Amino acid sequence: MVSRVTVKAPEVPQVAGGARVLVEIEDLKLYYGRALALKGITMNLREKLVTAFIGPSGCGKSTLLRCLNRMNDLIDSVRIEGAVRIDGEDIYGPKIDVMELRKQVGMVFQRSNPFPKSIFENVAYGLRLQGMKSGSELDGIVEKSLRGAALWEEVKDRLSANALGLSGGQQQRLCIARAIAIRPRILLMDEPASALDPIATMKIEELIIELKSEFTIVIVTHNMQQAARISDQTAFFYLGELIEFDSTNKLFTNPGKRQTEDYVTGRFG
Amino acid sequence: MQTHFEKELGQLKNQLLEMASHAETAVRMSIRSLVERDDELARKTILDDSVLDHFEMQVDDTSIHLLARAPLASDLRLITVAMKISRDLERVGDEATTIARRAIELGQEPQLKPYVDIPRMAGMALEMLADALDAFVRGDANKARAVVPRDKDVDALNKQLHRELSSYMIEKPGNITRCLNLMVISKSLERIADHAANVAEEVVFLYEGRDIRHSSNGG
Repeated sequence: MVSRVTVKAPEVPQVAGGARVLVEIEDLKLYYGRALALKGITMNLREKLVTAFIGPSGCGKSTLLRCLNRMNDLIDSVRIEGAVRIDGEDIYGPKIDVMELRKQVGMVFQRSNPFPKSIFENVAYGLRLQGMKSGSELDGIVEKSLRGAALWEEVKDRLSANALGLSGGQQQRLCIARAIAIRPRILLMDEPASALDPIATMKIEELIIELKSEFTIVIVTHNMQQAARISDQTAFFYLGELIEFDSTNKLFTNPGKRQTEDYVTGRFG
Repeated sequence: MQTHFEKELGQLKNQLLEMASHAETAVRMSIRSLVERDDELARKTILDDSVLDHFEMQVDDTSIHLLARAPLASDLRLITVAMKISRDLERVGDEATTIARRAIELGQEPQLKPYVDIPRMAGMALEMLADALDAFVRGDANKARAVVPRDKDVDALNKQLHRELSSYMIEKPGNITRCLNLMVISKSLERIADHAANVAEEVVFLYEGRDIRHSSNGG
């Protein structure tokens, strides 16, 4: 007698990665002077996921990103209302050490900005600032960070070479290595690949997908297909408002809001 | 003003509708060739199937070309649905060819009995297809959803006809060839109804983003 084996079809997976909320943004408003640039943003960012911020130019996505490590403090006319809590603590609270915050919440910019130093010293910089001395521990972390940024094989034989001699894509990966060397919890990336050629872009994207096993990543991008490729969740902003925030798969295949649909299909913006 | 991409999406929709029209005509022609015992018409139906094959390749070609633009949301759903619908329509054409071939066979012998159920099944299947395509054109997911359960009625008629033809075969061995041919035709019509239901499910997915396939309550 033949017995039939029943195989259960796998469940369609929901959002991958941790379900834990790491960042709570609550009714966040930002004023540039009198102008209200962020109109009360409320959203939660989950741990060890890639969250993408998309939206047309001027929608506030980069402004919001910079709120997460208080980079906007450097602009005189900026005023914040509302709260941004990381692990339950409001980062705009009176007792917060902003320098410490920026170690925990690293940032990578659109234009890579390596220091005019050697490749090694670029990555070691943050560690030396923390008091770490030259030695095997420092070397080990530098190597680990360069490996983590998928750059080690390309630079291991020339660590003392000037970082400015690297290609654009390599410089950007060096900046990522520098950011991850001090083990932040969160990595903010503001259009990290928009100045790069397609191959370099692909390498950065691959890297981001790998990095999320260790870091929580928030990426601003104007490239929707990029957001669709690498992010787990996507937030769509328009004129300072959060219009829709959902799993990337849902937002790009069947968005809930008409505005989102129009934006991702290129009908406007 | 429409972008080039939007125009091409419109062209894709039109290709599908033209293809659907050919598929419907093929089924009608094949049933007529049976009922009117018209070999000439049957042979024409068989020859015309290559038009549908060509359409399927054209739709797939256009779809791949559009997918290379990395479309998203409803554009992405339209293109993937178009590829599936063209597959279903091409299969409808194949079933029409099968019916036409059987009609030629049946034409070699006297008609066994008046054809009542077969034209009825054909009518039901064609109405399902027409409604699914109408829903596609109008963006009416509810109309599409309502098509899906009608498949059961065609299934029931197929079973009933099957039983009837079985008793004809038992009654007289000389009936067997004609009965088997009619059973094949009935089965083809049942499959055409299945394809129409598939198209309807695809239309629901297109307009609602919801996959209602393989669920007992039709979503």
